[in-house]
Amino acid sequence: MMKAEYNFIANIIEKNSTVLDVGCDDGTLMEFLKKNKNVNIRGIEISKEKVQICIAKGLTVIEGNAELDLKQFPKNSFDYVVLGQTLQAFINPEIVIKELLRVGKKAIVTIPNFGNWKVRLDLLFKGTMPITSSLPHEWYNTPNIHMCTIKDFVKFSETMNFKIVKSLALINKNISNISKSNIFLKNLLGELGIFLIEK
Amino acid sequence: MNIRENIKTLIIEKPLELDCGRTISKFPLAYETYGKLNENKDNAILVFHALTGDQFVTGVNPITKKDGWWSYAVGPKKSIDTDKYFVICANVIGGCMGSFGPSHENPETKKIYGTDFPVITINDMVNAQVNLLDFFNIKKLFSVVGGSMGGMQVLQFVSNFPDKAKTAVPIACTSSHSAQNIAFNELGRQAITADHNWMDGKYNSKRTLPDKGLAVARMAAHITYLSKKGLQEKFGRNLQERDDLKFGFDADFQIESYLRYQGSVFVDRFDANSYLYITRAMDYFDLVKQFDGNLSNAFKKTKTKFFIMSFTSDWLYPTQENKDIVIALNAIGANVGFVEIDSDKGHDSFLLEVPDFLNALKNFLDKSYIESNDES
Repeated sequence: MMKAEYNFIANIIEKNSTVLDVGCDDGTLMEFLKKNKNVNIRGIEISKEKVQICIAKGLTVIEGNAELDLKQFPKNSFDYVVLGQTLQAFINPEIVIKELLRVGKKAIVTIPNFGNWKVRLDLLFKGTMPITSSLPHEWYNTPNIHMCTIKDFVKFSETMNFKIVKSLALINKNISNISKSNIFLKNLLGELGIFLIEK
Repeated sequence: MNIRENIKTLIIEKPLELDCGRTISKFPLAYETYGKLNENKDNAILVFHALTGDQFVTGVNPITKKDGWWSYAVGPKKSIDTDKYFVICANVIGGCMGSFGPSHENPETKKIYGTDFPVITINDMVNAQVNLLDFFNIKKLFSVVGGSMGGMQVLQFVSNFPDKAKTAVPIACTSSHSAQNIAFNELGRQAITADHNWMDGKYNSKRTLPDKGLAVARMAAHITYLSKKGLQEKFGRNLQERDDLKFGFDADFQIESYLRYQGSVFVDRFDANSYLYITRAMDYFDLVKQFDGNLSNAFKKTKTKFFIMSFTSDWLYPTQENKDIVIALNAIGANVGFVEIDSDKGHDSFLLEVPDFLNALKNFLDKSYIESNDES
């Protein structure tokens, strides 16, 4: 399924580069990048069904788990490694981020923003774990075990010692830059954070 | 068994130096083709058969009168679509369906080779088969495909001839035969050589056949091709045409009867010495060792696009061994896709009707074919 942020991810990626899409799902982003950016793109996906869909689209995908299977790629194998909205689902996001930046010269990470006002209001007024259109699960069946906010991710970059080259917030299908001066607002309004990072 | 008239044979004039040190020349390579080679000669797929397979991939095998071993996968509109592709398959050397093997006569001694036949390797097999490309005037195959020992040949072929195949599909195989694989093969060989009628491999001239031993070898091997769950679901403890146990050693259980049947039909179509030679070739297969412990080096020179498949219930060539090949390819940035197919049918899954497998194979080939035509 085509997601709102794909256009912005494509804008970040240079033409004719090599890309690894980690958790490539049904290959929609891969196809989109292949077509629009002429990239040499590979995917890794944990679901057998999704891998089959990718194969049927003629995409090169391996069935695997990012936490275990990124280690087979040597350092700087790809110009870009993309991790779309799944960092929060890993048991160990620290290892995954390290691996992304080892395998790729740069990485593009998108995160559903837990600091969004709808999420905050849900918890504040209902007193239950927030359920929104981008976070539709109950607390007991959510794959998102490590939710974070845009602000958290910026802090994470400092602790983990990686650079944020570009940071964007997706608000109502519009994209805007996140800066030091506006981060409070972007963290409140943003539905999604898009980060271009490097070592 | 007069099998000659239904068998196409290419005589390989060029001497072939075998891994064992001996050189063979003017030897026969039996093959079969399906579909049509197109004008550009870019639609050819070389299929490699497994241990007990032969060149008769699909349709009715003219010798056994049964369906070809890969009838589910190969044929018009099937995964390997013979309306689209030109499929070539050769009987491996060491085999018994017309290619140079231990049941052939040694021109020097005028006696059947038996165990005087040189020991063959997977490397020798593919070096013999590459001659088919010259014969058909094919510069580059669209694909090389095979499961089990066929998959080993795929790996060896791409390693030996890095620019001779656009795509490669090794299925349910390994880059190096494991101790368990060797153990099962040795069990089969011991069953054959322990048969009194084997006569040190000279049974042809003594007009006997080590049928019992070969049947036991087949029975043991057959178990390794299935999964525990598959066996339990198909046979359980069901009794064979009886209401109760008979307190004897006849086939009380259906599984016993099934295995005995598998053994008995196998001996009608397979040569015991060929079984020894081909299992030996598999045991000797170690592509990792050929490249001094680094499998990646086997594929360093190739731009071939790989697609590897394994099966969840295959314990003979388990997923991890297939994944090791994927890992070696990714380590050098090769183009490789991989999926493990859900199936209860064990190692045999690649020969059976497993829709997820058959669809993936078809999708990979057809999409890659369109892509390769766009490029050229």
